[in-house]
Amino acid sequence: MSPVVEMLTSPLMQRALVAAVLVGACAPIVGTFLVQRRMALMGDGIGHVALTGVALGWLVGSWAGVVPNDALAVPGAVVAAVVGSLVMELVRERGRTSGDLALALMFYGGIAGGVLLIKVAGGTNANLISYLFGSIATVSASDVWLTVALAAVILGVGLGLRSALFAVSHDEEFARASGLPVRVLSMLVAVIAALTVTIAMRVVGLLLVSALMIVPVAVSQLYARSFARTMLGASVVGVSVSLVGLVITYWWDIPPGATIVVLAILVYGAAAALRPVLRHPAPVHDPHPEVVDDVLLADEPELARD
Amino acid sequence: MSALAGGPTTGAARTADLDGAAVPTIAAEDVSVVIGGQPILSHVSVTVAPGEVLALLGANGSGKSTLVRALLGVMPATSGTVRLFGAPLGPTVPWDRVGYVPQRLPAASGVPATALEVVTSGLLHGRRLRPPRGARARALAALESVSLADHAHRRVQEMSGGQQQRVLIARALVSDPDLLVLDEPTTGIDVPTQATFVDTVARLHDAGTSVVVILHEIGAFAPLIDRAVVLRHGRVVHDGPPPAARADHAGAHHVHEHAHPDPEPPPTGPTLNVEVP
Repeated sequence: MSPVVEMLTSPLMQRALVAAVLVGACAPIVGTFLVQRRMALMGDGIGHVALTGVALGWLVGSWAGVVPNDALAVPGAVVAAVVGSLVMELVRERGRTSGDLALALMFYGGIAGGVLLIKVAGGTNANLISYLFGSIATVSASDVWLTVALAAVILGVGLGLRSALFAVSHDEEFARASGLPVRVLSMLVAVIAALTVTIAMRVVGLLLVSALMIVPVAVSQLYARSFARTMLGASVVGVSVSLVGLVITYWWDIPPGATIVVLAILVYGAAAALRPVLRHPAPVHDPHPEVVDDVLLADEPELARD
Repeated sequence: MSALAGGPTTGAARTADLDGAAVPTIAAEDVSVVIGGQPILSHVSVTVAPGEVLALLGANGSGKSTLVRALLGVMPATSGTVRLFGAPLGPTVPWDRVGYVPQRLPAASGVPATALEVVTSGLLHGRRLRPPRGARARALAALESVSLADHAHRRVQEMSGGQQQRVLIARALVSDPDLLVLDEPTTGIDVPTQATFVDTVARLHDAGTSVVVILHEIGAFAPLIDRAVVLRHGRVVHDGPPPAARADHAGAHHVHEHAHPDPEPPPTGPTLNVEVP
């Protein structure tokens, strides 16, 4: 059996590939909305809060005597991430000045809460490492099904309501003046961001989730002219680096999550460096705005002005 | 400006003839807005009849923009009621009949968007969360009406301030509204864009559309305006025919007094004033 066929027929690798492709496709789609809303760091904030959720799930599991004791870790992460993302959205809506601070509180509170609770639950910090940095090699069949289900929700909302989410993210004031349900739509973005964090947790880890949401968007917006193409391009980049990163780590013993993120950043570096060569230059036009001055020159008719 | 030749009052007259006591386009009663304990608007009542062109005048900081935002539900009123086309602000308002042109595009986030995408977003409203059939053709037609058809696929972020503003007009016009609200369309704007604004208002006026326009000075809009509401310190001090400009306002040496700094001007469209003694 050739090594490639061997890789593709390994059940462990098959599960990992499915998870990597879904996460690689979903994360940049949600990331495009986050960047457009100037909330690029929201994924990080949700990731940190999700760590508390992991530990909380562990704690509840150990109280209830569930076997294995981390069976409730992922559901715990989903609940904490969704609650955390909604809180962040409410903070953003209320007052922009304190948004930064609220995000910072969540970052540190999330990590500290996770480390404290895991100890209370009878675990060790080592148990958290696989959530912090990803453990795609341990993806189980039921994990894959959960990932497929959540990815379907993310893609359904992110693509199905793309126009409305674009309108709200692009110009919130205009969206309100059009009677769009701005709050509900903003919360939908927050919730699909939270779901993305929890499915990406297994692939790249909570600390690196945001990179997979944001870096492909950064690559894509260097070249794309439209919002739709930015999103498509980012998704293609996300799937590519996830697949290539995973295959690399099948052959070499290096951590998959970190490899995927480093690849994405390398792609960004290359895309930024080659941009002047690859992108069609903008047509040259008169850069001076046509603004009225108060001077009437000898050979021009008087223009009507206020 | 040729649209003006049709007669400036036909639209309003026609609407009134059709249904006698027409439902006012906007009926705002006793609207107050308090922000951070400060009364920004105090007991403002404004009515706009179908087909009417209303100018909202006042100095910077007098509450004009806040009033418009309260009328459209962008900013919640602290007290008072607003009805649009007879429906209280909320999901029952026929939002497809409302077109809003804000002063400028929000600051760019870095994610590109084409003019076509921005204009298409004007077709979403209320519970319509996906663009209707033929959205692309309608958006292109709206861009055509502001002479930006060739720029449909350009990034709005790369356009000049005036072009961005014309994109915003197209976004408001694409749904063919019966009420158009313009926020300071004449501040710091190039000549073609000003002409587009005046031309648009003239065309809509003829078609019987209600227009609310915030103005710093009446200027080029003067022949189109049916009624003016003047705000001072968040209160209505005048509601009737457009008042005359202050005598000292037209001279070359008059000084604009700003209560607080203007919002940042668009990046590429500053007003250039060369004072010739």
